[in-house]
Amino acid sequence: MSMPRHYVDPAFSDLPLDAAADAALTRAAQLGASHAEVRVERILSQDVTVRDRALSGLHVGEDLGVSVRVVHDDTWGFAAGPDPTPTSARALAERAVAVARASRALRGSPVQRTDEPVHVGTWVSDYLVDPFDVDVAEVVGLLLDRTGRLLDDPRVDHATAMLQQVRESTFYTDTAGTRTVQQRVRVHPEVEALAIDADARQVETLRSLAAPAGRGYEYVTGADGVHDWDAELAALPELLAERLRAPSLPAGRYDLVIEPTNLWLTIHESIGHATELDRALGFEADYAGTSFATPDGLGSLRYGSPTMQVTADRTEPFGLASVGWDHEGVAAQRWDLVRDGLLVGYQLDRSSAMLLAQAAGNRSNGCAYAQSSQYVPIQRMANVSLQPAAGGPDAADLVADVEDGLYVVGDKSWSIDMQRYNFQFTAQRFHRIRNGRLVGQVKDVAYQGRTPDFWGSLAAVGGPQTWWLGGTFVCGKAQPGQGAPVSHGAPTALFRGVSVLDTRQEGRG
Amino acid sequence: MTAVGSQLPAPAEVVEAALAASRSTGCVVLVEDGHRVNLRWAGSALTTNGHSHQRTLTVVALDGQGRHTSAGAVSGPVRAADDIVALVGQAEDVARRAAPEESARALVAGTAADDADSPAAEGSFDVLAGLTPALGDVLARARGDGTLLYGYAEHRVTTTYLATSTGTRHRHVQPSGHLTMTAKTADRSASTWTGLATRDFTDVDVHALDVSLRRRLGWAGTTVALRPGHHPVILPPSAVADLMVYAYWEMGALAAHEGRTAYADPGRGTLVGRPLVDPRVTVRSDPAHPGLAAADVLATGASGAFASVFDNGLPVPATRWVDRGTLSALVQTRYSAELTGLPVTPFVDNLVVDVDGGSGDVDDLVARCEDGVLLTSLWYIRMVDPRRLLLTGLTRDGVYLVRDGEVVGAAGNFRFNDSPVELLRRLQDAGGTVPTFSREWGEYFPRTAMPPLRVHDVHFSTTSDAL
Repeated sequence: MSMPRHYVDPAFSDLPLDAAADAALTRAAQLGASHAEVRVERILSQDVTVRDRALSGLHVGEDLGVSVRVVHDDTWGFAAGPDPTPTSARALAERAVAVARASRALRGSPVQRTDEPVHVGTWVSDYLVDPFDVDVAEVVGLLLDRTGRLLDDPRVDHATAMLQQVRESTFYTDTAGTRTVQQRVRVHPEVEALAIDADARQVETLRSLAAPAGRGYEYVTGADGVHDWDAELAALPELLAERLRAPSLPAGRYDLVIEPTNLWLTIHESIGHATELDRALGFEADYAGTSFATPDGLGSLRYGSPTMQVTADRTEPFGLASVGWDHEGVAAQRWDLVRDGLLVGYQLDRSSAMLLAQAAGNRSNGCAYAQSSQYVPIQRMANVSLQPAAGGPDAADLVADVEDGLYVVGDKSWSIDMQRYNFQFTAQRFHRIRNGRLVGQVKDVAYQGRTPDFWGSLAAVGGPQTWWLGGTFVCGKAQPGQGAPVSHGAPTALFRGVSVLDTRQEGRG
Repeated sequence: MTAVGSQLPAPAEVVEAALAASRSTGCVVLVEDGHRVNLRWAGSALTTNGHSHQRTLTVVALDGQGRHTSAGAVSGPVRAADDIVALVGQAEDVARRAAPEESARALVAGTAADDADSPAAEGSFDVLAGLTPALGDVLARARGDGTLLYGYAEHRVTTTYLATSTGTRHRHVQPSGHLTMTAKTADRSASTWTGLATRDFTDVDVHALDVSLRRRLGWAGTTVALRPGHHPVILPPSAVADLMVYAYWEMGALAAHEGRTAYADPGRGTLVGRPLVDPRVTVRSDPAHPGLAAADVLATGASGAFASVFDNGLPVPATRWVDRGTLSALVQTRYSAELTGLPVTPFVDNLVVDVDGGSGDVDDLVARCEDGVLLTSLWYIRMVDPRRLLLTGLTRDGVYLVRDGEVVGAAGNFRFNDSPVELLRRLQDAGGTVPTFSREWGEYFPRTAMPPLRVHDVHFSTTSDAL
């Protein structure tokens, strides 16, 4: 499907962006700042929730603001406000310098940042239908139709449908002369069905598998053919009924064939966050955590089996972390994180890049991002993806290679430790594999692993035909906490001898 | 410092202008004016800082009558009078296009507070100014002796104006602050953490926090082996808050009514009125709780699991969620209260847990413990099975073995799989309830008071290599 060229919303581009920026940059320079940058952001959001056959919540939001970040006396200072006018931006520059001055006593080493070529340009993501051009009545009607179709099946007791839509417009400029304007959209449609067995006092839920994506409203309806909503809505009641009556599974070690609908989240937690250099250097030690993949292992740390190839990419088509330039004016790039199972790269912003010896004097790879104008940019995740094997097997071939195992579909619960070692995940569905065949669902299952051991057990990855792009709207990090959208692609993959829990036996002191 | 937002229209004027512009059958107007100032440090030196000011107008326009009313909830910036009229028009358009909301009810008949037109509270980086000399000393000392300090200090003040077409005029000023700090030895082989909540930072003693961190790092001088399995565990108030905030967030009446949660009897209704945990335990909220004061009038810009835009202006009373071990209330909207046949008990923005007979602090619980494991904090807590409220997560920044009333050494970290509801049935000992700060959820839910608890048979599922 060819995408029409969209333009930046005039409601944003007609704001006094350059005048506000000039006022702030000029004032910052007058006050002695050695560097200053101005970011104006306008974020439109729409959240709709339907429960059973009624609307339960609808909110439309616009977040508009401007921020100024300075380096003054080799110390950072940041200020943000709601009014992107020259008067306000000039005052914010003064406030940012004042914050830097007030913080000066806590500074250790002077602020250092890698160089970056000057960029001037405009970038708009690919989409067919702008979600904010769609009639609210159509959106609500679509979701009511989806819950209604699920409830028409007597095996479904309750159904919910949810849609989140965002359009993010960003203006960035700095004292070096970079000036960028960007606009991107993202959507996240979802349905969930619930079934009750009152006699057995059992409840189970099952959620749709459509991933959040950097796409337009055509993805929500399914008109682009990326996600088959009709097929999923038709299949959910039977899959849910099967889950409700499914047996549990004895804890033990099993081979897992994991679909990308589940594996994307394992990649996110055990590779994506672990290869953020600010974490590896300890910057997140008080909150989001650090990483076992420290810089002394760059080029030598055995992350996983030689089958493992992982890339970071801020240009991934329809990726939630795809941009033209990051929030420090660095151009979007693609690079390797894990090659043949060895750690070979990190995700960097301009400050952390200076701290990595191998990158000193080189460029940041463009991973700075702030949730909105209210937040300071920090290093955030690129679209981090496991690469498929050229000519590799499909899912059925991988299942056929398993004697006793599980086929894992869809993400659900997730948790990982503060150094990205010990993780535990559940799934929407676990299908038992016996002698190379799927023989029905099991439930009350979680899989646990230690990151290098788990990726070391990677026996095979599927071919490009199994590759799929998952992701999340809100990955949390930092203080104050910030959310960031990010996508992860993966093929279906086979892991040998993974530890599996019977969650009924957990706890029970 | 200058007030950057001073040229914006006054919030009380915005509220009245929005109501005056409304042509719908009912209207709710919210203005939120918030300041956030913060300092962050890592490796014993400053990393980020900032002062952010935001102001948002939300208009909820109603279209229709009674239970067939739709709501258009629209939020946006307010820079000029034209923005107000435009936003009201947008909300009315959305209301006309949307479907009736399930929680639609007549708006609450409200009252006007005397201070409803007072100015918004002004935030200032100066609130952290008193902190920086002591913090500078502590960081400099750490740089000198190789100790690594990581931490964050934040102060927020948010003024919320609520007005409705049925007469509510309300203003609430909510100050919130917290400070967290992690200390690591130079070789990063040992780590510990502390955190607290404050309303204004005048009660924060950074030197005392440094002393407590160094005491715990000292405990790590001796390491001990501890296997996964079921252990008696002393949870400090912060860790209790981590678990109990999650338990509170699961207390939605609608979810229980549908059979989704640990507070449900699937297919039959909720467990309200039934024994849930140890009869010594009470879980409650009170907007007037000393030191934890929170809004006593409901104000929400969007309907969700815990609130309905139609309930704006509803009084938020003190509520006992668990009364001496019995589940006594769930978080309700007027709609869910009708469905469940229970009283209207809205969400309250603080949480207190009391244990009858609890006394002393963490040190006292250690002194009273013959054999147990003392934790520092919990992390990455997520739901595994909502039917049991089975949570997983990790111990973090200090696991210590206790023998005969004393800490005898530090062990590694563990993944736990356990349920706060089931933990509260396995109480062995409890301290007095004190204000505390949940490490994982405190930024989003900062007002908690919890006791330290000793619980038997906490399930450590596996070891974690994380330091």
